Amino acid sequence: MTSFIAETAGAVRRLMTRGAAAALLASVASTAALAQDGDTVKIGYAVSKSGPNAGGSDMTVTPNYQLWVEEVNAAGGLKLPDGSQKMIEVIEYDDRSSAEEVVRAVERLATQDEVDFILPPWGTGFNLAVAPLMAKFGYPHLAGAAVTDKAPDFVERWDTSFWFMGGSVDYVDALTEILVAQREAGTINDQIAMVSVADGFGIDLVKAARPAFEAAGFEVSYDKTFPPETSDFATILGEAGNAGADTFVAFSYPPHTFALTKQAKVAGFNPPVFYLGVGAAFPVYPGIAGGSVEGVMSLGGIDPNNELTMAYRSKHEEVVGRAPDLWGSILVYASLQMLAQSIERVGLDKAAVANELSTGSFSTVLGEETRLENNQLRAINWIGQWQDGNFVAVSADGGEGKAAVKLPKPGWE
Amino acid sequence: MLEHVVNGLVLGGTYALVAMGLTIQYGIARIMNLSFGDTIIAACFATWLMFTGLALSPILALVVLVPAGYALSLVVYRFIMKPLVDRAPDEGALEVDSILVTFGLLFVIQGVLLTLFGGGYTSYSYLNSPVNVLGTTVAANRLLALALSLAIGAALVVVLFRTRWGMTLRAVALAPQSAPLYGIDTNRAARTAFAIGGALACTGGVVLSMFQTFTATGGVVFTMKALIVVILGGKGSVPGAIVAGLLLGLVETFVAAYIDPGLTLAAVYTVFLALLLVRPNGLFGKA
Repeated sequence: MTSFIAETAGAVRRLMTRGAAAALLASVASTAALAQDGDTVKIGYAVSKSGPNAGGSDMTVTPNYQLWVEEVNAAGGLKLPDGSQKMIEVIEYDDRSSAEEVVRAVERLATQDEVDFILPPWGTGFNLAVAPLMAKFGYPHLAGAAVTDKAPDFVERWDTSFWFMGGSVDYVDALTEILVAQREAGTINDQIAMVSVADGFGIDLVKAARPAFEAAGFEVSYDKTFPPETSDFATILGEAGNAGADTFVAFSYPPHTFALTKQAKVAGFNPPVFYLGVGAAFPVYPGIAGGSVEGVMSLGGIDPNNELTMAYRSKHEEVVGRAPDLWGSILVYASLQMLAQSIERVGLDKAAVANELSTGSFSTVLGEETRLENNQLRAINWIGQWQDGNFVAVSADGGEGKAAVKLPKPGWE
Repeated sequence: MLEHVVNGLVLGGTYALVAMGLTIQYGIARIMNLSFGDTIIAACFATWLMFTGLALSPILALVVLVPAGYALSLVVYRFIMKPLVDRAPDEGALEVDSILVTFGLLFVIQGVLLTLFGGGYTSYSYLNSPVNVLGTTVAANRLLALALSLAIGAALVVVLFRTRWGMTLRAVALAPQSAPLYGIDTNRAARTAFAIGGALACTGGVVLSMFQTFTATGGVVFTMKALIVVILGGKGSVPGAIVAGLLLGLVETFVAAYIDPGLTLAAVYTVFLALLLVRPNGLFGKA
């Protein structure tokens, strides 16, 4: 038995390595139409098209790259300072959700394909993995789908890196602010039940949440982590329900978010505040939950009255065939618009583009004057809530494009 | 206490349901099918497609997909596995060969699913309604998984141990070299066993899709879990798969409730290791 397992493991490992090389070669795809004279702007990226990260990439990153390239090329290509236009040629690799693979692919894009610009992969860990390489080769690094509190440090270390999704502390602070206001209003007590996935996102967020909740005078009466493979939450929800907390917070990935919603519904678990992680801002979320998700809170949110946002959403639906998520997608797309406008102003020189990104003001789907502060986007909707079938950005009292949060959460039906 | 038992059995029912097909394929047909989980995922997507596209109930999907799984597995066995069986000098070689081939098959199924459905998360709700079992509220779809695994398990045990046809299957599992001497068509028995396994994978896929989120690349998780259950229960043993599946469900639930949800996986592997030390061939395995 032992030798059999060892032999299997060996065979699997050998196949994996060989398969990796083949996959890398096979996945090279030049999709964009070439301009007549063959003079194009080469844009490369490595994203997870297979493996555990494929779901996240496929939701937040890849569709926006496709949408942007299609729009730019349909308009005649990227504009350059002299008024000429060049079509975008795409070089795409599958990183197979492997950190080594994404680094290898980015290195290849920089040294062998010699692309003009490199777009980032999906996920915090992967963006951190490629950040030193991007800096080494002088590429502007538009980290779109990466949540990190260390962004101010990273900006100093890699001055061509740009961070578009904020940090854990930002998201937790926005939630804490709402909870404090609700406690003062008497809607909730000072107990919180909190669960988190024992993986990147969950670990980061829960690390920020524990001290923030405590400093605000809350007691986390149930605080557990679960492995990413967990598929059944009946017991966790039962124990959380017994904790006497009015607030339930889960820093979860999509499969957990969906399962938590379904099982909370079955168990009739309906605390006044029900806050979930990644997945609750997916447009498919209400359909998956099979009914009302009114009052469920999560990260992100949009302003349904913002014309720019809504125009972006309908364009995405038209080109990609489905709606973008209601959190990171718009930030990723805005980062691409900023790249295009930088190129239009200063040309294809990487350092000049990076400088323009740092200092310039841009017209994006986020607003007419989008700027970065210390290479970081700060105009982000930190917290959203499902209200009347929309996942709207909320704050304690509303205003500035945000709605007022509506609590306690109504029943599931 | 009682609620944890109920929750544990319901969770274990899912594990048992997924593992039974693999144990039959491995135990009788001697094919270590690494693409088993991807067959499950394919059934998940087929069910989802029927449910969202054609508004067909997943129960009806069961009626369509289970025979389809049986038929497709027959074809796979005829054209992919049969040549391996014919040329393998002994059982060990067949196991290794089948691992390599099904590892390739895994990527073929995965690639087709990725092309058809993309890499995104897929999920829907069906029978997600509360049912009261001994004072514990459980989801109807998960209860269905438990009921199906017990019913299918019981049916298989009856067939395997009480019919002539079942006896030939067991004979092939026990002594593949000697069975032909008694006029048993081993090739046919292995083919049937492989197809039953495929049909069970489809059953598992249809039921799982009702409550679990799946992605085109998520099959390996099911294969791993099923493999643990199969080895724990003893390869080829249907009662073993059921007992081991339920045991794992109970272990996970009790650890989550009384110790820490973060230790569920560690607990599963601890039980796995401890049992293998005492019974290297699994709970119901023959030495």
